[in-house]
Amino acid sequence: MAIFAPITVAHYLAVGAVLFVAGIVCMATKRNALGILMGAELVLNGANVNLIAFGSDFLRPQSLGMDGQVMVLFVIVLAAAEAAVALAIVLNFYVNHTSIDVDQADRLKG
Amino acid sequence: MEPSALPWLLGLATLLPLASFFFLLLFGPRLGKAWGDGAYVATGAIAAAGVLSAISLLIWLGHHFPGGEPEAHAAQAVSAPAPHTGAADAAVGSDGHAAASGPSYAGDYYLLGQFGKLRLSIGYYIDSLTICMFCLVTVIATCIHFYAMGYMHDEQREVTDREVTLRDGTYLTRRGRYVRFFQYLSLFSFSMLGLVLAGNIFMVFVFWELVGICSYFLIGFYIERPSACCAANKAFIVNRVGDVGMIVGLMALWGGLGTFAFGDLTHIDADGARRHEPGIFSLVRPVPGGPLRVPDGMVRLSAHREVAQVVDGLDRQADQAEIERAIAARVPQWRDGGQEGGPDGGPGGGPSPRGYALLVVAGIGIFCGCVGKSAQFPLHVWLPDAMEGPTPVSALVHSATMVAAGVYLVGRFFPVFTPEVLLVIALVGCLTLFMAATIAITATDIKRVLAYSTVSQLGYMMLALGVGGWVAGLLHLITHAFFKSLLFLCSGSVIHAVHTNDMRLMGGLRKKMPITAYTMLIGCLAIAGISVPFVIGLSGYYSKDRVLEQAYSFMMHADNRNFLASLLFYTAAGGAMITAFYMFRMWYLTFVGEPRDADRYAHAHESPRVMTVPLMILAVFAVAVAWSPPGGLGRWSGLSVVNLLEQSRPPHTLADVASPGLGMTWPNEHFAHEPSQHATIVVPVTWLATLTAWAGIALATVIYALGYIQADEVRRYFSRTHRFLLNKWWFDELYALAFIRPVQAVARLSAALDRRLLDGLIDGVARWTNRLAKVWDRVADSLIVDGSLVGFATSIYRFGVRLQRVQTGRLRDYVVYVAAGALAIFVAISFFRGFYWGG
Repeated sequence: MAIFAPITVAHYLAVGAVLFVAGIVCMATKRNALGILMGAELVLNGANVNLIAFGSDFLRPQSLGMDGQVMVLFVIVLAAAEAAVALAIVLNFYVNHTSIDVDQADRLKG
Repeated sequence: MEPSALPWLLGLATLLPLASFFFLLLFGPRLGKAWGDGAYVATGAIAAAGVLSAISLLIWLGHHFPGGEPEAHAAQAVSAPAPHTGAADAAVGSDGHAAASGPSYAGDYYLLGQFGKLRLSIGYYIDSLTICMFCLVTVIATCIHFYAMGYMHDEQREVTDREVTLRDGTYLTRRGRYVRFFQYLSLFSFSMLGLVLAGNIFMVFVFWELVGICSYFLIGFYIERPSACCAANKAFIVNRVGDVGMIVGLMALWGGLGTFAFGDLTHIDADGARRHEPGIFSLVRPVPGGPLRVPDGMVRLSAHREVAQVVDGLDRQADQAEIERAIAARVPQWRDGGQEGGPDGGPGGGPSPRGYALLVVAGIGIFCGCVGKSAQFPLHVWLPDAMEGPTPVSALVHSATMVAAGVYLVGRFFPVFTPEVLLVIALVGCLTLFMAATIAITATDIKRVLAYSTVSQLGYMMLALGVGGWVAGLLHLITHAFFKSLLFLCSGSVIHAVHTNDMRLMGGLRKKMPITAYTMLIGCLAIAGISVPFVIGLSGYYSKDRVLEQAYSFMMHADNRNFLASLLFYTAAGGAMITAFYMFRMWYLTFVGEPRDADRYAHAHESPRVMTVPLMILAVFAVAVAWSPPGGLGRWSGLSVVNLLEQSRPPHTLADVASPGLGMTWPNEHFAHEPSQHATIVVPVTWLATLTAWAGIALATVIYALGYIQADEVRRYFSRTHRFLLNKWWFDELYALAFIRPVQAVARLSAALDRRLLDGLIDGVARWTNRLAKVWDRVADSLIVDGSLVGFATSIYRFGVRLQRVQTGRLRDYVVYVAAGALAIFVAISFFRGFYWGG
C-alpha cells in the first residue's frame, strides 16, 4: 500500500469515529453543561462526516448520493434547534441552581 | 228405604264433618259474620250428620224392629230375612249368621290394597250398636256445637289470656281461634263417627289415633298456657302407652286370623271369583253364639313344631295345597292336644289349649288400647288433666264420646275376649271406679270433679262388660254420655259466668242462673240413679242398676263364691254411694249456700239461650233416654234403647260361660232379669242401689247444704286420707318416681355420655385435624407455595434494588450507558450477524 494512497470511505469513517468518540468522552467527562452540549455537537458532526462520506460519488460507486447530504443538512438544522433548546434548559438550570454543573442535577436518580 | 242404603247414609254422615273440616281449613279465616265465623258450617255439617243418623235409625227400625217382647230373651227371635247389602261395588257384604247374632251388615266401601293375605280396606260394620252410637254422637255433638257458639264467643275477637303472663309482666294477647276450634270439633266428629262405623280393626286403629290427635289439639287449645301444653302432651303420651298394647293385640290377631275385618265379607277377587272371607267374629266363634274356639291360625302358630314335622314328613314333591290339607287335617287334633279335660274343645276345657294364650294376648292387647283411651287404671292420669281444654271439648271429647270409644271397642270385640281377659277387664274397671270416685270427693275444681266422675263411670262400664253385662255396659255408656255431657256443659255455663273453676269461689249461684242450676241437678240425679223403685227413674237408674244386677248375679253364681266376685259387686255398690255424694257435694258447693266470693257472685249471670237450650235438650235425654214405652202398645212397647242394643248382643252372652281354668262362671246376662230371679236379684239390688244413692245424697246434704257436720272438721279428722285423696292417690308422683325420673336419669346419663364421650371424641378429632392443618399450612402453604412466590418476588426486588444503583441521576453516566449500550449492541450484532455483514 503506497503512502499516498487515495482517500477512501474508511478514512472518513475513521475521522467520524474519532469525532464521535471525542464527543462521547466529552459528554461523559465534562461537568459543565456547555461542555456537554459541545460534546453533543461533536457526536452529531462525527455522524455528519460519515453521512457525507457515504453520500459522495467520488468515494464509492454506489453512494447514497444527495440523500446523504440532505440528511446532513437535516442534522445541522436539528443540531441548531437542539442547541437552542439545550441552551434554554441550561439557562433554566442555571436559574435554579446558580450553576451549570450537571452533577448537581441528580433528580433522575432511582 | 232398604237397609242397603245404610252404609251410604252413615258414610255420608261421617264424611260431612270431614268436609266441614277441610272447608274451614281452607276458607275458615275468611268467613265473615254471615257464616257465623265458620261456626255455622261445622254446626250445619254435624246437624246434617245427625239427621242422616236419625234417618238411618228409622230405616233400621223399619226393618229390624227391636224386641218381640220386652227383655227379649231370644234376641235372635228378630228373624229378619237374612239381610243383604249390595251396597259396595267391589264387595258385597252379607251377614253370615244373621239368625243367631242379630242383624248386621258388613262390607267394604273401598279396597285400599291387598298385599298377599293382608287386605286393607275401608269397610263398615253396621248393627244396632253402630246406629245407636251414631245417633248418640251426632246428637251430643250437635248440642255441643251450638253451645260452643256461645261459650267460645270471646275467641271471635282478640283474646287476652289472663293465665299467661309474658316475660315483661303483661298478659298474652293473641288472635281469637274461633274458627280453629270448630275446625277441630269437625275433625273430631269425623274421627269419632269413622271409629264407630269402621268395619275392620285396621280402620278402628286409624280412627282411634285420629280421635287421639284431635283430643291432643283440643286439650292444647290454649297452647300458650304451660298447663294446657303439658296436659296435651300427657294425654298423647299416656295414650301411646295404651296403644303399644293395642298394636301387640292387633299383631296377635292378624298373625292368628289373617284378617282385620269384624264381620264376614264376600268379595269378588281379581279373577272374578266370589270369595267368602270369614271375619274375626266368626273365626273365633265358628258356631254362632257358641263357645269360643281357638282359631286355626293361632293353633298353627302355637304348634309350629308339629307343623314343621308334618312338612318334613311329606313327600318333597308335595305341592302347597297338599301341605295345607295335611296341616288342616291335624289342626283339630293339635287344638285339643294341650287339653286334659273338656271333651267339647271349649275355651276353658283345660289348662292350656293350643294357641289359647295368643287369644288371651290379643284380648289383653286390645283392652290395653281401651285402657288408655277410656282412662282406666293405671292410665287414667291423663283425663283429669285434659280438663285444660275448653269446656265444650271436655263435654264432647273427654266425657261423652271419645273416652267412651274404649268401652265401645270392648263391647265390639266382646266375642273375642276369653274369660281371663274379662276378669282383667272387670278388675281394672272395679279398681278404676273406686279410685276415681274417692279422688272426686276432695277435688275442688268443678271440672275435675266431673273428670274423675267420668273416669269412675267408665270404670263402671268396664266392670259391667267384664262380668258379662254386655247390654248393661253399653247402656251405661249411652246414658252416661248424655248426663255427663249435660253436667259438663252446665259446669261450663257456671265457669262462663264466674270465670273460675274453683268451687270454693262459688256458692249460691242457683238464684243467678236457675236454668243451669236445675238442669245440672237433673244431671246429678241422673248420674246418682235416682228413681221411684220399680216404677220409673232417670236414665242412670236403669243403666246403673243393670250393672249392679249383673255384678250381683255374677257374685251369686254358685261357681263364683269367692273374694274377687264379692269385691267386684261391693265396690260397685259402694261406688254408687260415693258417686251420689260427690255429685251433690259439687252441686251444693256451686249453687247452694252463701256466695263465697261476693265479687264474682255479683257479676254472675245466666248464660245466653244458645247455651241453655242445649242444656235443656240434653236434660231431656238424661231423664228419658233409657225409658221404654209402657206395655200394652203392641209392638211399640219394645221400642227402647235396651232392646235396640239387645239386637247386637254377642249371642254367646246368652249362655253361661264357664271357665274351669279360673274356676269361675260368667252368668248369662238375662238370668238376672228372669221372673224367677226377680225377688232374689232385682229387688235387693234395686233397693240397695236406691238406698246407697240416697245415702250419698243425704250425707252431702248434711255436710254441704245444712252444715250439721263441718267439712273442715271431717277433713281434719281424716287428714291423712284427705291428703292421700287430694293428691290423687299419689299417682302422678308415683309415675314421676317410677317412670319419669328413671327416664330422665337415663336421658341425663346419655346426655353426659354424648357431651363427654362423643363430643369429646369429635372435638378431639377436630382439634387434631386443626393441628395437622396448621402444620401442613406451615409446611406446604407458607414454605412451598408462599415461599416460592415470596422468594421470586424478593429476588426480583433485590435485582431491582441492585439495578437501582445504575440510576445515578447523573447525566454523564447516562451518556456513558447510552454509548456503552450502543457499543454493546454493535458488538453483539457484529458477533451474531458478522457472517452476514461479511457476506
